[in-house]
Parts: sequence; structure tokens; C-alpha cells
Amino acid sequence: MIVAKRKPFDEIMELLKDHKKVLVVGCGTCVAVCLTGGEKEVAVLAAELDMGRKLANNPVEIGSITLERQCDREYLEKLDGMADQYDALISMACGVGIQFLAERFPNKPVLPAVDTCGLAVNQDVGWYEERCRSCGHCLLGLTGGICPVTMCAKGLYNGPCGGTNKGSCEISMDQPCAWHMIHERLKAQGRLSAIRQIKPAEDWLDTKPRTLIQPGYKKPEKAKA
Amino acid sequence: MKSGSNLEKVLTAGHFAFTGELGPPRGAHAEEVRKKAAYLKGQVDSVNITDNQTAVVRMASWAACLLLIQEGIEPNFQMVCRDRNRLAMQADILGAYALGIRNILCLSGDHCQFGDHPTAKGVFDIDSMQLIGMVKKMRDEGKFLSGAELDGVPKMFIGAAENPFAEPFEWRVHRLAKKVEAGVDFIQTQCIYNMPKFREFIRQANDMGLTEKAHILAGVTPMKSLGMARYMKTKVPGMDVPDDTIKRLQGVPKDKQGEEGIKIALEQIAEFKEMKGVAGVHLMAIEWEHRVPEIAERAGMLPRPQVG
Repeated sequence: MIVAKRKPFDEIMELLKDHKKVLVVGCGTCVAVCLTGGEKEVAVLAAELDMGRKLANNPVEIGSITLERQCDREYLEKLDGMADQYDALISMACGVGIQFLAERFPNKPVLPAVDTCGLAVNQDVGWYEERCRSCGHCLLGLTGGICPVTMCAKGLYNGPCGGTNKGSCEISMDQPCAWHMIHERLKAQGRLSAIRQIKPAEDWLDTKPRTLIQPGYKKPEKAKA
Repeated sequence: MKSGSNLEKVLTAGHFAFTGELGPPRGAHAEEVRKKAAYLKGQVDSVNITDNQTAVVRMASWAACLLLIQEGIEPNFQMVCRDRNRLAMQADILGAYALGIRNILCLSGDHCQFGDHPTAKGVFDIDSMQLIGMVKKMRDEGKFLSGAELDGVPKMFIGAAENPFAEPFEWRVHRLAKKVEAGVDFIQTQCIYNMPKFREFIRQANDMGLTEKAHILAGVTPMKSLGMARYMKTKVPGMDVPDDTIKRLQGVPKDKQGEEGIKIALEQIAEFKEMKGVAGVHLMAIEWEHRVPEIAERAGMLPRPQVG
């Protein structure tokens, strides 16, 4: 899932300081699962903002709503007519949701209340670890199901580097060396030949905005979009 | 000859090579480079110029290389993958060659976190393995990485580093094999202190025929003090300093530790000279350039061969 963490309260206060009527918009999918931007966190932020602005002698009127997803038109529709009643919207969705919300209401300031931090696994409640950089060209088949683009601090395709440190990365003893893990897993599977070959320079696909259109589908006509 | 560099000539003629290292200054003073270089002149076959070593900004490696050429010393241009993408790397390789640089050492580079700009974005557009292949493609095929033709080919002698000690140890020789396959002409190893482990690494490299395909230069860094040895053992990732080395330095008074460190280095060099598969020594006398003439002399490395 996509994980995000809430911005520091002072930063959110600064973003909102000139707005008198604000709608806090949560998202019920990824950011709800990672305890950052779901219904509960929306209620907490709304209460904190209400109190913070009162204390700052700059009261604000707060509304709040949590959509099923902010990355889907179907759910954003619920805000049509409602958004107009506010000076600004503050979104607790990931960067994708925030942008789609802003696209839906181009005349409204749409502000972020969270920082999106990656595609992560749910290790335990409240504990998430990044696993994918969505490079667009998956090499997990060669690397024992461990992504060096994400998990190697240098994103090396032919590791490990000389800084690998007894199973840890040179950046920290707490960070496992991706290439050490790759080696150990492939060795256990009898598949070390997968990394004996040189992986040539990558043709990066994530250097410009990407669009996915599945076979059998096409973009709708401009006028209808 | 692939490049005609002095280092290539020395190695190809079968001499035991001896290379040095120089870290460029944290500022714009050319004099700093010239001062350090003066100690190395005539003592070594080629001098590595580090490239923003430990991710700390310094005078550009290629620029310090040019200062060495002006002083009549052959440089070995170190290039890390951390600070440039493939466009900038190829451009620098062309410029370096045009200005007389003939050796290049291809490295990943330490993570930015270690340096003076710890939050900088590391580039790593390509890795050191791919960099080796790119320089070889430019030199041997006369093509850019993209496949487009070069008008004027950089004839570089291509080197890389290898750490013979890092875990998993059994993988190290295979990684060396990948570098050989990618196209390295020479390897300069990480600083060696654990001799039994290095002997085993070289034995494996010999068995796989790798030492016949690339010249292996054994990395030597004399310990200046017990404090340095302890720091290297505990703080430098990938470094393997055995307890024996620490004990030996502990066994002498503080003012004799530097001399003891040099003695250890000399013993290592004597063994490397006899070791099958080792083609030379790379002496990294870190901020100890002024001791290089003495070490070269005592190691029996002088005079350096003149190969026409």
C-alpha cells in the first residue's frame, strides 16, 4: 500500500493560516490502513486545528469528511457542491489523492496535511517498511524477490558494494544490505547464477509522468473528461 | 596497448607495479595538490586522485589529475557513480582523455550520508559495473553507452576497486569475475590487513583464471597509530582489521606506533611481491604522502621502472 505520515502540526497551521473555513478531507484506503489519514485521524486533526487556531486568536471553521478514496472520480463526486462552501481543502490522502482532489476543484486551494513516503508493507500495526519504488521494470525475478532499487541505499544493479558490512548496509547497522540478503536467498534456492550475469545500465522509465492504458481500453474523448 | 599509460606499460612489461593516492583539497588552492604530489613524484607509477572521497566535496578529480600531469606525474582518475549521471560521466571521460588522462578507476562511491552534504541525492544512474562496461564500450567499440558513434575515442586503462573481505566472502571472487567480464584491466583492492583471508581470495581468483585477465594490485594503508587501527576496525564499513594488528600496535609505545604500522606494511608488501596473482601494490598513505618516499625506499620499490 501507499504509506504517508502526517506533517508537523506547525507546518499545517502555517499552510492554513490565511483561511477561515477549511474542509479536512480524509481518505479511507491506504492512508487509513497506515493510521495517517483515515476517519479517526481526520477527527483528530480537525480538533487540533480548532483548538490551535483559537489559541492563536485566529479561529477557523472546520468541516471534515473522509472519502472512500481520493484517487477515484467516483468518490470525489461526493464533494461537488460541498467544496464550494470552504476557503480551502486540506487533504490527508497520499500525493496522488491530493492532486486528484486539486484537479477536481481547480479554483480552491488544496493543501497537503501529510507527506507521502512510499510503497510499503505492513510489518505490524503502526510499522511500515518501504519495498517498491515503482521503477516500472521489475527485476525481482533475478534478485530472489528482494528489490535492490529500493532496498540498496545506492540502488545498485550489480551489488553488493564494498561498503556491505557483515550483513548490514554501510549507512547503518540497522539497515540490512539488500545484496547480502539477495545472495543468501538465492544461495538457499540454488539460484546464484541469476546474479552472476552483469545487469546492464537501466533504461529508466520513471523520469517522466507515466500513463497506463490496459489492452482493450482507451482514453476518453477530451470533451468528456 | 590499450591506453599507453605508464601504469599499463609497467604492468604489461611484467614489473611489480606501485601506485599511490592523493586526496584533492577542500578548496581551490592548486598549491595543496602540488605540495602533496611532490612527495609522490618518481616514487610510484601512477597516482589515484580521489573523487569527492567519503562523500565530502573536494576539488574535482579530473582537475587535480591535470595538476599532476603538469608536475610530470601520471594520474589515475577516480570516478564515482554517486555524483554524476551517464551524460556527465561520458562528458568527463572525453574531456579527461583530451587533456591527457589515461587511467580511470570506476567506483560506486560512498553514500552521501557519510559526507558534508548528507541529505544530497545520490545519482547512481549507473553502477560501477556498468561504468566499467561503458568506458570499455567507448574505448573498444568507439561508441557512447547509447550506441551512437564517438568522433575520437578515449583510450583509457580501465580499473576498479574490489573489497576481498566483505561478507558474503564466497561472493567476492564472483563479483571480481563480473568486473573482469565487464572489462577491467586492473583492480586495486580495499586496504588489506587480514592476510589469511586475502591469500584465500587470491587463491580463488587464480583458480578462476581472473588474475590472468586483470592485474590485481593489493591495497596497503600503513596504520599511523593504534587509534587509527581501532577506528578502521570499528567505524569503517567493509574494513577487516584482525585483532593481531591491534595487539601489535598496542605492544609498542605511542611514539613508535607509526613506525610499527610502516613495518607491518613493509612485511605485507614483501609477501605481495612473491604472491602468485598479485601484480603490484596500491599504497594509500592517507594524509601521509610525505612518508611515501621512505616506504617506497624501504619496500625496495625504487627506482621505478622506465618502460618506453
